[in-house]
Amino acid sequence: MIKPFSTVGIGITFSPNLEANLFEAARLSLFFECKLILIHVGPRTDEKVKTFGTILESFVLKSLDFELVFQEGNPVDVILDVCVHKKIDLLILGALKQESFFKYYVGSIARKITRNANCDILLLINPSVDRVPCQHIVVSGLDDLKTPSTIATAFYIGHQLKTQRITIVEEISDHELVIKTDDDKALKKTNIAKERMRLREASRVMDIVQKIDKDMKSGMLVKSQPIFGQRGYSIGHYAQVARADLLVMHSPSKLSFWDRLFPHDIEHILTELPTDVLILR
Amino acid sequence: MSLKNQSIKKFFNELPRNIFSGFVVSLIALPLALGLAMASEAPPIAGIIAAVTGGLVVAFLGGSHMTITGPGNGLVGVLLIAITSLGLTSAYAAIMCSGLLLMLLGFLRMGKLADFFPSSAIQGMLAAIGLIILGKQFHIMLGNRITADSSLGYLIEIPATLISLFSLTDKGLIYAAIIGVISLLIMLFYHKVRNKYMQLIPAPMWIVLLSIGFSYYFELILKQQNPIHPDYLIFGIPQVAEIIRDLPEPDFSLIGGFSFWSSVLALTLIASIESLLSIKAIDKLDPDKRRSNVNRDLKALGLATVGSGFLGGLNVVTVIARSSVNINNGGTNRSANFFHAVFLVLFILLFSTQLARIPLPALMAILVYTGYKLASPDIVKKIFSIGREQLIIFFVTLIITLEVGLITGILSGVLVTFIIHVVINKNFSLFIRNVLKPNVLMYKESGQEGTYYVSVKHFCSFLNYYKLKEKLEEINQSDDVVVDFSLCQFVDHTVMENLNNYQDLFTKRGGHFEVLGLDMHSADSEHPFAFRKHLPIPNLLGSFTRRQSSLQELAADFQLHYDADNTKEVAFLENFLFFRTKEIDHIFNQLIDNKMGSDIFDIEFSEGEFIAKEIIRSTMMHIRLDSEIPEFTIDREGLLERFYSIAGYRDIPFENHPDFSRRFYLLGDDEQAIKAFFDTELIHFFESNRYFHVESNGKALLLFSKERLASLKEIKALLDFGHRLKQVIQNK
Repeated sequence: MIKPFSTVGIGITFSPNLEANLFEAARLSLFFECKLILIHVGPRTDEKVKTFGTILESFVLKSLDFELVFQEGNPVDVILDVCVHKKIDLLILGALKQESFFKYYVGSIARKITRNANCDILLLINPSVDRVPCQHIVVSGLDDLKTPSTIATAFYIGHQLKTQRITIVEEISDHELVIKTDDDKALKKTNIAKERMRLREASRVMDIVQKIDKDMKSGMLVKSQPIFGQRGYSIGHYAQVARADLLVMHSPSKLSFWDRLFPHDIEHILTELPTDVLILR
Repeated sequence: MSLKNQSIKKFFNELPRNIFSGFVVSLIALPLALGLAMASEAPPIAGIIAAVTGGLVVAFLGGSHMTITGPGNGLVGVLLIAITSLGLTSAYAAIMCSGLLLMLLGFLRMGKLADFFPSSAIQGMLAAIGLIILGKQFHIMLGNRITADSSLGYLIEIPATLISLFSLTDKGLIYAAIIGVISLLIMLFYHKVRNKYMQLIPAPMWIVLLSIGFSYYFELILKQQNPIHPDYLIFGIPQVAEIIRDLPEPDFSLIGGFSFWSSVLALTLIASIESLLSIKAIDKLDPDKRRSNVNRDLKALGLATVGSGFLGGLNVVTVIARSSVNINNGGTNRSANFFHAVFLVLFILLFSTQLARIPLPALMAILVYTGYKLASPDIVKKIFSIGREQLIIFFVTLIITLEVGLITGILSGVLVTFIIHVVINKNFSLFIRNVLKPNVLMYKESGQEGTYYVSVKHFCSFLNYYKLKEKLEEINQSDDVVVDFSLCQFVDHTVMENLNNYQDLFTKRGGHFEVLGLDMHSADSEHPFAFRKHLPIPNLLGSFTRRQSSLQELAADFQLHYDADNTKEVAFLENFLFFRTKEIDHIFNQLIDNKMGSDIFDIEFSEGEFIAKEIIRSTMMHIRLDSEIPEFTIDREGLLERFYSIAGYRDIPFENHPDFSRRFYLLGDDEQAIKAFFDTELIHFFESNRYFHVESNGKALLLFSKERLASLKEIKALLDFGHRLKQVIQNK
């Protein structure tokens, strides 16, 4: 299959997380055999170049190819601009942690970038210097044109990161169930309808999985799980419950003003990140 | 035979039982309907009209199976305000409008409305309604008709009425007061007497029969005037012809006014809450494990209310006490509701002159008891045991309802609950940010068993309980469910109480309902858990009662293991026929014999709901069997059983053993297997021993003799009988 990513980008500032962020980005670039582009919003100084160089020293030894970009201006604009110019196809953004609870959310800058970027975006909840293995990937299997490529990408990542388990989640929204459960008779009907939907979804997903290269799937446990709930939100909830290490989903076609006012789909995920999330365009 | 034919056949087979049950229900419905109407200052017949239209309409169009409909006690307070402020004819118009709104609620699928109110606030509102009923009627019951300007005023006047009782001079009033007191005593002590023949007629009907008998005694035997003051006799029971002739004309002239619509809203709100709560409670008691279509029921109730208002009747709601009487008397489907209405019509047709002999104090005593049950100290005690903060919610709702009104009362209850939740969590944003999020995830785990897994995030309280409920309702109640709260920061009392109900329901219907992830919450002790506080209370200081020490001695004597503590682990009793319409609370004083696999225990269970609720304690024996036997029930043949057999239960006859067949009443589904099982030896064993009620669920036997705690001697007899019976069965 074609390599989904060739250039990885990350925005960096001098923060306590700097080292962890760089390590994660460099590791992923190596895993995906990509070029890494470090974007810094601010003037170029020799001192900065030296600091980044030292942090990445161990990766350069493993033949990491990286480039530093310094540009002044509004962080959102700068990063979006560099993404286009340098043809970045995977942008890594760090999430913020809510005080007192183990809840993560995407900060305002990262959120603006997420909404407007035209490349894939990886939101990391806790970057770390040491490698944390990715054991379980949850991927969205919505009935959508983008889904086959989403699932294929998830398998590619799983293959590169040596993941053991991939769960494909079909979110079936309540609106698809026309019958309302009032009494036993309706319940029986609902359950039959649900079972039918479940089978339909499962066979659709399995068709997609069939088309994926055998060696991509080797050594991996593939499961499909239909869930009934609100689109875009329930899958995050599921990833949290299933203790996934990475959630892969694709972004909805277009976000309008109303989507932000009445959050749905991706907006829900942005307010409470269940785990690392990869959003594909 | 097709499924449809089968169900038609079943319907006709069960018809006699439903007619019988409808008859018994009509006996309790008659006095209640008269009393409730008079308490709302409507003509007494208005209550009957509501019950009859309710029974006729809802029986055909309703969505629940075992419920009885008619005038409800919760509505007395609102109807009273509507009738006094709007006048009777405008009140009928308001009733019709509220019926339309109720139908609208049904069409909008608002059957979940009752879930949006915190349960302590609902309790507070119901208690306030109880006090409104009790406060007003107490005075009439004692022959002292007064007028006060508020509900609280009536309550404050109660001591004065009690004192003035001793200075009554008018003979008519004294008689009225005596009748009132006697009637109240009958209501209070009726359920203490477990006499089968007395229990055939419900307490309210005893009061009616006795008071009518009383007036006939004076008239026919003493040849005197009815000594009760004429003001205290029921007035204006019209003939059917008169009802039709004097159809009231609902007066819609006030329809633009604020007070009209506030009445309509209050009527709709209370009618829907009372109905929904009753349906929920009755569904739990349904032996056939059906679930009700509440939205359809709301539509039917709405239509019935429109009809009732048009004919000059009160609001029609689902009523809990009458419905539970229906279940206890063997009603199986909606036709019981229909027949209850038919019998009420017959009563009015045949006995309207006799009904006019009922003294008001007698009827009011029934209502005083109803009011007391709604506001009894037991409720306060129960709420206090759940948590102090629940008591605040309860009393705020109670007092504001009494002082201002029902809608303000319940709304302030909601507000106070929310404020308390914010204070407990010291977190306002938790609720505001998450209230609209779809916080419930449900999926069926793959695998053979396919357990449903439900995970709840953020918080779960009365504000968003409906989302959880929606998901839980989609699960068949004979399946396994796990509800996980580990991602949830706060779970309130309303949710805990409802989950507890679900747990009961699932257990009853063969499923399994488990709640996980709350252990992490136990750190904050302020967490309001409904049933944590309900755990068995250990014997203080370890002191035993006399019976308990004798039981201990008996255990030592017979080499049994004795355990005095209460336990709620009663699942092993659920599939006995006897408990199908009863709710087991707990068992205690267990005498366990591991060698024989038997267990004698005291048990507390309840029958019926609300004013028809009876708490019964009994001593029973449970014997596990090594081999499977048919399911059956055997008891002494008595008048009651003959009665039941008319009503559709069938006694299995034994032609070769006429004496056995005459003396014992044997019941079971698989007639052939039972006939084969009861061989001569077993029959002789039953014939030659004491009577016990014996029931088999296939794997175990349940034995008891009386519906009360057994004495030591009786326990020994039970032990001996049980062990010998097991031997006889095992030897086969």
